[in-house]
Amino acid sequence: MVLATALAACGGDPATTEGTASGGGGDTIKVGLLHSLSGTMAISEVTVRDAELLAIEEINKAGGVLGKQLEPVVEDGASDWPTFAEKATKLIAQDKVATVFGGWTSASRKAMLPVFEQRKALLWYPVQYEGLESSPYIFYTGATTNQQIIPGLDYLKEQGKKKLFLVGSDYVFPRTANKIIKAYAAANGMEILGEEYTPLGHTEYSTLTNKVVQAKPDAVFNTLNGDSNVAFFKQLKSAGVTAESMPVLSVSVAEEEVTGIGVDNIVGHPVAWNYYQTTETPANAKFVEAFKAKYGAAKVTSDPMEAGYNAVYLWAEAVKKAGSVEVEAVKKAAGGIALERPEGLVTIDGETQHMYKTARIGIIQPDGLIKEVWNSGEPIKPDPYLKTYPWAGGLAS
Amino acid sequence: MEGFLNQLPIGLSIGAVLLLIALGLTFTFGQMGVINMAHGEFIMAGAYTAFLLQDWAGRSAVLVALPVAFVVAGLMGLLLERAAIRHFYGRPLDTLLLTWGVSLVLQQLARDLFGAPNVQVLSPTWLQGAIGPMPYNRLFILVLAVGSVVAIWLYMSRSAQGRRMQAVMQNRQLAATSGINTGRVDQRTFFIGSGLAGIAGVALTLIGPVGPTLGTYYIVDAFLVVVAGGLGQLRGAVIAAAALGLLNSYAEFWTNASLAKVIVFAVIVAFLQFRPQGLFVLRSRALT
Amino acid sequence: MTAVLEKPTQKLAPKEPRQWKGAAVFVAVAVVALVVMPLVLEPFRLGLLAKYLCYAIVALGIGLAWGQGGMLTLGQGVFFGLGGYAMGMYLKLNDAGGDLPDFMVWSGVEELPALWAPFGNPVFALAMVVVVPLVVAVALGTLVFRQRVRGAYFAILTQALAAALVILLIGQQGLTGGTNGLTNFFDFFGNDVAAESTQRGLYLTVAIVLGVLYLGAWQLVRSRFGRLLLAVRDGEDRVRFLGYNPATVKTITFAISAVMAGIAGALFVPVVGIISPALLGVVPSLELVVAVAVGGRFALAGAVLGAVVMGYAKTYFSEELPDAWLYLQGALFILVMTLAPKGIVGVAAALRDRVRKEASA
Repeated sequence: MVLATALAACGGDPATTEGTASGGGGDTIKVGLLHSLSGTMAISEVTVRDAELLAIEEINKAGGVLGKQLEPVVEDGASDWPTFAEKATKLIAQDKVATVFGGWTSASRKAMLPVFEQRKALLWYPVQYEGLESSPYIFYTGATTNQQIIPGLDYLKEQGKKKLFLVGSDYVFPRTANKIIKAYAAANGMEILGEEYTPLGHTEYSTLTNKVVQAKPDAVFNTLNGDSNVAFFKQLKSAGVTAESMPVLSVSVAEEEVTGIGVDNIVGHPVAWNYYQTTETPANAKFVEAFKAKYGAAKVTSDPMEAGYNAVYLWAEAVKKAGSVEVEAVKKAAGGIALERPEGLVTIDGETQHMYKTARIGIIQPDGLIKEVWNSGEPIKPDPYLKTYPWAGGLAS
Repeated sequence: MEGFLNQLPIGLSIGAVLLLIALGLTFTFGQMGVINMAHGEFIMAGAYTAFLLQDWAGRSAVLVALPVAFVVAGLMGLLLERAAIRHFYGRPLDTLLLTWGVSLVLQQLARDLFGAPNVQVLSPTWLQGAIGPMPYNRLFILVLAVGSVVAIWLYMSRSAQGRRMQAVMQNRQLAATSGINTGRVDQRTFFIGSGLAGIAGVALTLIGPVGPTLGTYYIVDAFLVVVAGGLGQLRGAVIAAAALGLLNSYAEFWTNASLAKVIVFAVIVAFLQFRPQGLFVLRSRALT
Repeated sequence: MTAVLEKPTQKLAPKEPRQWKGAAVFVAVAVVALVVMPLVLEPFRLGLLAKYLCYAIVALGIGLAWGQGGMLTLGQGVFFGLGGYAMGMYLKLNDAGGDLPDFMVWSGVEELPALWAPFGNPVFALAMVVVVPLVVAVALGTLVFRQRVRGAYFAILTQALAAALVILLIGQQGLTGGTNGLTNFFDFFGNDVAAESTQRGLYLTVAIVLGVLYLGAWQLVRSRFGRLLLAVRDGEDRVRFLGYNPATVKTITFAISAVMAGIAGALFVPVVGIISPALLGVVPSLELVVAVAVGGRFALAGAVLGAVVMGYAKTYFSEELPDAWLYLQGALFILVMTLAPKGIVGVAAALRDRVRKEASA
């Protein structure tokens, strides 16, 4: 493993300059919330923070954790990766928080990772990501690739889509996802007709649309992120592509993004996640109601928000089980914790610190919500390195 | 082969977008030497105007919004000119920093007024569909760009106001000594230049996201068009936009979107080696 | 085109008698920076100060190129990045200890790219911190200044360069780490990079480097070359008529400022623990130019002061009032540019003159 070799290369112990963050000293337990409240990522991350604040409020109303109230310390990552590392250091070293909930982009997680490992503090990361990582100081409450990308491919295969075109933003998640997709396609008799990346924030998709239309794929696998999705779907629609003629399966478009894209432009296209606002579980009815009550009836809930909301509950449960907020004790207690969450049963896998999650494919409805059309039936065991998939051999070497 | 041929109209339509976003800048930058970094936010203001008008104009908001956005963005520009920029003549580089500050404030203002997520602007039903590779909405933008250029050209060459504008552009002091109120002309230039940004913003709602950071996606490209075309040069801007659009279209067709951007930049740098002041230069004996 | 003319704004001759005062201030600041700060600041805050001082080195270069030379460079992030990546590549290879760096593994790179191989050698890597920015700046400067591209054209060109480099870096994920950049360093020349002692040492290094570069720049400004540079800023054609080649003067100055940015980038990497494309794009480059303007672009001290003040302001406001930061930042630029174009240093000088006048009256 890369991490192990890197640690070995380092020689001696990583320094714990401030001692282990305890956060349990006073009458309250401080927890850090670190998301981008400004900059390009604020669009997505502010609502995750809101969901986490809601969870903290609910836990406090129910008596808190270990008899103490949770006290959120909110910091702004400003859509800037070094700032994430800086603020994480501040939360750990200065505020002495018990744990941090935060991050969205892989880049922000990668930037924070050394901070948490060196200071032996705990991060809960709430977004689906590209896998191939399992830091001992991070819990991943979003999906890894075998809980989102691969089910998405299974769904397309079931639908008889044999020829795919891959479109993604130019960064680590789409590139890794597409590597997996290509390996999957090779093993499953599917054909990849093209693979295109555009810079983050790119808005001119006419050339790319032409390439896609000329290649005549059965479906497009879309890993574009952020505002690019708006331009892509608008320009695809105006080129005459519809969900019937060429479905575009997206893995980074959730309820919140649909309005910005324009329901018109994306209706009928499939998406792959673990949770939708319409998911029918008792816990979800409560979550949606509470969220709308706190933040306004027009607000929607989405997968990353739910994953952030879950993260707080899962951590609180682990603390209760451990009887302490001490990081190593919480880590040890966390394995095997199972909670009924809005997305269904979520279980912490102690080995990888990822979650067992149910994969769900949904279709975007004319009202802007997403209706589930397919699910994996049961929670899928997380496999960030795809060790249990023979065709993926060599991907994670 | 079909894909290759399709890139031609696609390149022209990319050029049309470039032209629309750069047209206003050619004047504010060309005549007054003001590097208006807030130009992108005036574009954004135009896009939000279309969004707001949707409430009562429905799907045809785009059409109604064109004149309204021109006035809204124009007035914002006028306000900026009156409140700040007029104190900066002779310090063009300082206007860059000043207007960047303005652009940050406007972005945050948009975030507070309309929220951080993108908003939905529905395009008119009659703009859905395509002729071959050319969607109607792209065609609409092309027509809009051509129309704006013709209108500007008529204004500049046929009206007394326009001719005064040209005079100030060519030689400010001489124009002033000939009795032209250069301050008044500057205000008008800024109004028109910013107004054109508003029109561009409305057009962009057809093809791109409408959110607080909208302007930042276009501002660098817009400046490149102006630099390549030559300051204050209408025909320079038209040719530069078309050429860069085609270049972008084919470069992306053969490579990918990231490389295409780098290629376009490299070509512009190389081009400036031969023509340091852009395609067309205002002949002037003034010593810089 | 009179509009593109920058008006002369500074008295040409430095006042000689004030020099010893300047030296006293410099020594006082150095004592505070090297002795007092490490004693009073918590390690976390000291790390932040080290970061601001890295930015101050870039700002010093901008002060030289823009304040003294009239070249508004909006692409200093490019050189900052080149220096930073050179250092980051060495640290990454050093940590990997013969294996592939972590990001290459997950990007599917199978063997070490040829571009990377020599960076395993620390001497080579450190040399590249200086050489690469130097070569790029000289090449760009020669091309651009010889053709008399200046003023706004130059500004926009450098800005586009920053935008292009970011796209290039992001696109070559296997080579550069893509958007993530290079991070997760462990060892810095035999020291644990996160250890308090290493960080304190790094802080002192940054402070000393800044001091040395400041003295060097100050000497340069006072020299004949410095006078010539001011002359080029205020009347390029006139300098040409006198028989000098302004392009050479500008290229040299631009290259010096680029090297400063490269050194700052290299120091930034171990201090902050990451180098990524987001650090060298259009916005961070512009922010530094603004910091120089806020501090006072016509004095080298103003540039340094501005970088530190703006760095602190950004941290403070983003901790206390995260939502208001953009408003404040924007408003600050507007106010400084309209009311105090000479920045903090200019305001201070005006206040001092006024006090003196009142005292003598």
